[in-house]
Amino acid sequence: MRALFLLLIAGYVSGAAAALALGTGALSRWASALGAIVGASAGLALAAGACIRGAAFSLDAPGFFGPVGGMAFTLDPLGAVFLALTSLVAAPSALYGAGYARLWEGRPALRQVGFMLNVFLLTMSLVPLAGGTLTFLLVWEGMSLSSYFLVMTESDQPEVVSAGQWYLAMTQIGLACLLGSFLLLQSGGPGGFSALRAAALTLPPGTRDAVFALALIGFGSKAGLIPLHVWLPRAHPAAPSHVSALMSGAMIKMGIYGLLRVSLDLLGGGPAWWGGLVLALGAVSALLGVLYALMEHDLKSLLAYHSVENIGLITMGVGAGLLFGSLQMPAAATLALVAALYHTVNHAVFKGLLFLGAGAVLHATGMRDMNRLGGLIRGMPWTAALFLVGSAAISGLPPLNGFVSEWLLFQSLLPGIGAPSPLVAVLMVLSLGMLALTAGLCAACFVKAFGITFLAIPRSPEAAAAHEASWSMRAGMVVLAVACLVLSIGAFEIVPRLSSFVAPLVGVAGSAPSLSVGLALQTPGGFARMSPVLVAAGLALVVLTAWLAVKAFASRRPVRVGETWGCGRVVQTPRMEYTATAFAEPLRRIFAAVYRPSEDVSIDFHPDSRYFVQSISYHSAIVPWFERYLYAPVISRVRSWSERVLALQSGSAHAYLTYLVLALVLLLGWLVVTGQP
Amino acid sequence: MSPWLLGPVQAAMALLLAPGLVGAIRWMKARLQNRSGAPPWQPYLELRKLFAKEVVVSNNASWLFRAAPFIVFGSTVAVTLLVPLLAVPLPFDGAGDLLVVVYLLLLGTFFLALAGLDPGSPFGGMGASREMTVAALAEPTMALAIFALAWSAGSTNLGHIAARMLATPSEALAPGHVLAFAAIFIVTLAETGRLPVDNPATHLELTMIHEAMVLEYSGRYLALIEWAAALKLLVFFTLLGNLFAPWGIAAALTPGALLWAALTLALKLLALGGVVALVETHIAKLRLFRVPELLSASFILALLAVTASFLLR
Amino acid sequence: MGLISKILRTGIVTEPLAAGDGEIVHLVREVDAEARRLFGRALGIREVDAGSCNGCEIEITGLMSPVYDSERFGFHFVASPRHADLLLVTGPVTRNMEVPLRKTYDATPDPKLVVAVGDCARTCGVFAGSYAVAGSVDSVVPVDVFVDGCPPEPAHILRGILTALQSGRA
Repeated sequence: MRALFLLLIAGYVSGAAAALALGTGALSRWASALGAIVGASAGLALAAGACIRGAAFSLDAPGFFGPVGGMAFTLDPLGAVFLALTSLVAAPSALYGAGYARLWEGRPALRQVGFMLNVFLLTMSLVPLAGGTLTFLLVWEGMSLSSYFLVMTESDQPEVVSAGQWYLAMTQIGLACLLGSFLLLQSGGPGGFSALRAAALTLPPGTRDAVFALALIGFGSKAGLIPLHVWLPRAHPAAPSHVSALMSGAMIKMGIYGLLRVSLDLLGGGPAWWGGLVLALGAVSALLGVLYALMEHDLKSLLAYHSVENIGLITMGVGAGLLFGSLQMPAAATLALVAALYHTVNHAVFKGLLFLGAGAVLHATGMRDMNRLGGLIRGMPWTAALFLVGSAAISGLPPLNGFVSEWLLFQSLLPGIGAPSPLVAVLMVLSLGMLALTAGLCAACFVKAFGITFLAIPRSPEAAAAHEASWSMRAGMVVLAVACLVLSIGAFEIVPRLSSFVAPLVGVAGSAPSLSVGLALQTPGGFARMSPVLVAAGLALVVLTAWLAVKAFASRRPVRVGETWGCGRVVQTPRMEYTATAFAEPLRRIFAAVYRPSEDVSIDFHPDSRYFVQSISYHSAIVPWFERYLYAPVISRVRSWSERVLALQSGSAHAYLTYLVLALVLLLGWLVVTGQP
Repeated sequence: MSPWLLGPVQAAMALLLAPGLVGAIRWMKARLQNRSGAPPWQPYLELRKLFAKEVVVSNNASWLFRAAPFIVFGSTVAVTLLVPLLAVPLPFDGAGDLLVVVYLLLLGTFFLALAGLDPGSPFGGMGASREMTVAALAEPTMALAIFALAWSAGSTNLGHIAARMLATPSEALAPGHVLAFAAIFIVTLAETGRLPVDNPATHLELTMIHEAMVLEYSGRYLALIEWAAALKLLVFFTLLGNLFAPWGIAAALTPGALLWAALTLALKLLALGGVVALVETHIAKLRLFRVPELLSASFILALLAVTASFLLR
Repeated sequence: MGLISKILRTGIVTEPLAAGDGEIVHLVREVDAEARRLFGRALGIREVDAGSCNGCEIEITGLMSPVYDSERFGFHFVASPRHADLLLVTGPVTRNMEVPLRKTYDATPDPKLVVAVGDCARTCGVFAGSYAVAGSVDSVVPVDVFVDGCPPEPAHILRGILTALQSGRA
């Protein structure tokens, strides 16, 4: 295990070094990708060792950052799941990136991306491995900073710079909250996570609540929970596509990891309001995430909002788990947490696939705006088919993995209806409704995303000229698509294993609830049973039978190709097709209370006659509630205070010397007063 | 008869009955319109004709257009393997529960909507957009109604729900069940494209939801989609009939019991078909943006059903 | 319940189709046996208005009424020519409708039939020679049956369609 850990570090470090040293050509691209793939494979093997063989791993490195406490690494099953999903998305993304990086051939950006990607992957892989506060915070910040630089790759565009600013601000605010949380946690006594776990039992409830609240804000902002999600739809589209895949697939899951680690593992669960708050935040994030995704017509922003939605779903599972844990319902808690963990892995895989597909589209056409795309299924058949697999997975359609984890999530909320407290029952019922609505709206949104982008006629010459992605990009996507299917069919093996990891954390006495019987998944108490394997096999069999029967019995006439029926109109142009905005319009009207849409139509008439129209311009917008009513006031307040404080920066050396003397005097005075040597 | 054979037999029976159900509803509507109408077996003749016709495919369409009818048809037939048509316990009870049924139907809707977008026709796009909107809005109602049923039955697996209702007939009129029935009835009208949500016989493209997506299909593809739509109607009616009033369902797999089960199923389907025919004769189609109000009403009913199930355990 | 009692009081009002004389319906070409067999009991009809004054359309609407009830013969009107087996064309074909009529015909899958309804469809009627008229229906698409009349009665139109099917029920 130690060897695998060292290989992990070595792989990423060599990838980073190769990127810096080997120039800006194909060699550098491939070498850095290879280093990343080696590191990711080592990470996957390490995680598999911890999950499957139950091998323990811990490594203390007091030499690094010794004066501040040294670094410590340890891998337990919970961390192993997150390490596994990181590696699972990292390897295909790195492979994809090798081909994608041809975009920056001959430019310094190639070196920068190759280097930063490996640093990012290294620090992100080390987050679940961190065994102590210092280690955790160091690799956390490393992950945030390296991803910031990756987001800023195309910094010649103003919206990328703005996205970077939002992202940096949100990560630093998150870090501040995490610092506060860990400092409070350490007030019970310093040390690695195992010491903290023991000490947390002695903390007063007020401190525990504060630790939890700060951790929720800090990790929630990384995960992208509402209302701390605003950086997501800006940063993810701005970053290069394989980086977006990693950020959406793996990095935001680290927020979930942190939340689980602090609230469930270190603090050992808490009062019911913790779980209730997390569940409510999750439900709201899920619904608002998908509602905003529906209104997006930029492919990557749409996917970013869907990440908010799926984080909401995962958080619902986490919240339900915490809630059931506090209500002494350990079997239900296990199911909820297993659903959350499984959805975490599934989302990493299919969201990674979707972002890589969006990147292929961007690479081929130079555009992300769905209203200018279309007809790509002809020029990019592989990408289209793989994007379809990802769309079906995220919509929760059988027989893919998204359906299995959503099924588990549904089943995990159901025991809450019978909880002792009526408030909990109401919360559960509402969450169930919101979960179902989210799932339906997600399917609607992906019909739009896939249908408008890939189907019908190209809406612009760039879309008409699209070419298929290079083999390395396709290979990365194929690996993830196959993983979607494998995760679904292998659920009966994976879910019991997840259950065995989670059960000790929620205080299940004895053996963990198995959650699977034969080829089927089963909830505790036998409430429900479902077999993804049989559903997949049955579906395949029925479709095949239908196809053969139709071939045998239907007419032998050859298929004739004709024009699309358009009521006999003379020509068909791309302007006669449906657009993404048009597709989502009924939902915009229905949910107008959330969107508060505004429309502006201005018509230019011919100067000589009002009966001839020269041009019509249509502009529609929705109200960005959070940016306008939460962030804008805060930002303007901070800005006005900063301007007042700016008065201190007078530029005069005398003033600065005065500040130094003043600070020294105050510090000495404080030391005298508190009687410390 | 082996229980595993029952699955395909059930599916085959459902396939054979489905066009007859649609024909029966059309016949009843014709009689309510004071005309003789086509005989109830007319949809069979139409299907036979369609399978023999040529297929014309748009030059803008891709492989998805030609694959979608099979996926729609296949997913709907797969649902009939899970639904309690003739007997409980079901052979595939451990493979899927009511949630799997709902999501398999959503799989069909997803691909049908994509097939509507594929030829690039504005009608198809409009149909796809409206269909996905209605499907998304019907989801919460279905989820809550399922859980209302499952809560009192102790399982979401369909065989258990039906068996539980058979065992305790007094629960049939429990408020939770009556409310869930009303909620699922409204969802049935929405999902199968019947009035007041969608007029199955309309020719005005701007009023279409389901029809608009299939305007490009012809020949055997159209036949598969029409058959799948009829099968979807049969599945929903079966859920309404055999989950809420399962008397007649065979508990043992003897020929006599199965025959009786088939007979009672046919009666239930005809009864529900009659109700739908009456509803369609009385009610006019709702404007598209009033449909969410109808679906919200059904959601409230489902919410009340869950609350009633939970409170009156 | 006022509606139900009214329905019950009215009863079935469909009239049986009487046999007609041969003067009104003209069978132009022999319909091939396969089509006849295929469409004998189930026929999808797509109505195309190629510039008519809508007099024929009103009569065609009467076909769907309870009195004439085309559905009892297995005919149903469809929304798209892709679903259709028979095109029911009315009107002198105007210049603007010439291309749409041809496209509708091309969009219909084989085998297909065309029944042209009204005097305008055969001879351009009162619009013959107009600058806006392109020609009769058979100059644009191949026609199987002409039904004379300005406008023809719904019973004649029904008989025209049945003649096209040669089903012997006319």
